[in-house]
Amino acid sequence: MTPAMRLRYRHAVNNVMLGATGLSTIAIAGVLLFILGYLFVNGARDLNLAFFTELPKPVGELGGGMANAILGSAKILALATVIGVPVGFLGGVYLAEYGDRGFAFVVRYTADLLNGVPSIVVGIFAYTLIVLRMKHFSALAGGVALGLMMIPIAVRSTEEFLRAVPTGLREGALALGTPKWRALATVVIPAAKEGIITGIMLNLARVAGETAPLLFTSLNNRFWSPGLDQPSASLPVMIFTYAVAPYDDWHRQAWAAGFVLLMLILTINVSARLILSRSRSARGR
Amino acid sequence: MPRSEARVPLGGARAFARRLVSGDQIARIIVTVAAALILLVTVLLVYELWINSYLSREKFGWHFLVTRTWDPNAGEFGALPFVYGTLVTSLLSLFIAVPLGVGAAIFLSELAPPRLSGALTFLIELLAAVPSVIYGLLGVFVMLPLIKEYLAPPLRSALGWTPLFEGPFYGVSILAAGIVLALMILPFIVSVSRQVLLAVPADQREGALALGATRWETTSRVVVPFARRGIYGSIFLALARALGETMAVTMVVGNVPQIKASLLSPGYSIAAVIANEFTEATGDLYINALIELGLVLFGLTIIINGLARLLVAGTSRASAQSA
Repeated sequence: MTPAMRLRYRHAVNNVMLGATGLSTIAIAGVLLFILGYLFVNGARDLNLAFFTELPKPVGELGGGMANAILGSAKILALATVIGVPVGFLGGVYLAEYGDRGFAFVVRYTADLLNGVPSIVVGIFAYTLIVLRMKHFSALAGGVALGLMMIPIAVRSTEEFLRAVPTGLREGALALGTPKWRALATVVIPAAKEGIITGIMLNLARVAGETAPLLFTSLNNRFWSPGLDQPSASLPVMIFTYAVAPYDDWHRQAWAAGFVLLMLILTINVSARLILSRSRSARGR
Repeated sequence: MPRSEARVPLGGARAFARRLVSGDQIARIIVTVAAALILLVTVLLVYELWINSYLSREKFGWHFLVTRTWDPNAGEFGALPFVYGTLVTSLLSLFIAVPLGVGAAIFLSELAPPRLSGALTFLIELLAAVPSVIYGLLGVFVMLPLIKEYLAPPLRSALGWTPLFEGPFYGVSILAAGIVLALMILPFIVSVSRQVLLAVPADQREGALALGATRWETTSRVVVPFARRGIYGSIFLALARALGETMAVTMVVGNVPQIKASLLSPGYSIAAVIANEFTEATGDLYINALIELGLVLFGLTIIINGLARLLVAGTSRASAQSA
């Protein structure tokens, strides 16, 4: 092989690999566009007002909606936020601002471990913790399951954004004679506010689609479920139940519910990212 | 009168309370309690799984893991078909997702123009936000017919003589579960590998380019070897996700507790059997057996996750920052 041929060969390899890796990237991104497009076409078509306002109809009757599941999801998610975010946030403050070496390492490691626990196992935990003791399924148990899943992510995102606050801000506040807790509450945490809030939004978007931990905690319900004490419908569980059932009308509703759920999750997710990138570029200036 | 109060010598408990109120201790105690709570919850999780699988552990011992029968009516419970299905579907998904995902990560971090890379990274990270049950929905109604129509016939005619692709095909199968899982773990492989690659120092690339290497030669001989550990880490992280993935697998794997070599045959996974049978399980032993399956799954993912973190630590900027 002459040197010129060799060089041409090397450039050819370069171009082939550029094309191959580029194609795999576009294929993966294409999957998202396909999912969005397919859900949009199939889900939006079967979406109507009844979906948002009516209860599910008995088996065999056409129509009806998933109003109870929408409300149920909202309730379970609110409960999960109330349980998961404070613990995770304060734990993150501990890791970023107070962490003593040994214990902080253990806590951080445990949070990572908890984050890696499969969601179905978290479901079993909430079942043994709440359902077995109360002796019945409840929205409460579902909220606890999702809340537990929110903790590790809240910890790590809070810690990360607090660490990104410049040391000078802390020192400035402390130099004015402010106690550390006031410096944190009035200077450091507000400086990291946007990051922490977007962290919570992304966290919420993640657990909003979780199905497995709800299967045997909040279970499902074809009617309204008052309070937190009763089994409750939720959008993800409805999608699962309706998708595996043998009725065409249920399949159509599963598509509509999938569309609503995905739009909700993507809206929260994308707006969180927008807030974050805007605050970053503002700070850059 | 505050002044007289100050003169009174403070007793133990009151002195303690006073010092607390004046100091930073309250804040410290609150955040430390929250941190300890995380620890407590995790310990409690393991404890509850352990205690509530007592009957099954007591009756079957280690044989639980190697027994093939799962017969609730006879009270016989063995985890082997589920462990097998979980491992095979996950490994199959890695087989599909690793080349694609690492290739995409290389493209995004090394080869693509920055603007294109930014947009594609955004899309791929959104893919990670799509819930499992939606993958399942699309899996059942879109992917299964497609596999049945276009993928299975050529596979069977070309490779039907091998044990891997023999036998009848109904759609729901180990193969279908592997493909759905591959789609679900791709975003993780891409996003972690990309970060690891971006963390490779620029002078490594510049050195290779200055010697006359092409872009691809720089990438394949310098950058990727440099980031190798982190890339392995991203693969293990993805594997841990695949092992614990529930809904999408439940919807396409077929839910038959059997061990067959053929990827075209239906199977079952640990997470899927828990999802399907937990609410219908009658009798304490049955529930205990399902919870023990959860314990097994927990153990599997903890080991794989631990390995992944060991590998990623130190190579990516994000983990170096928090370590």
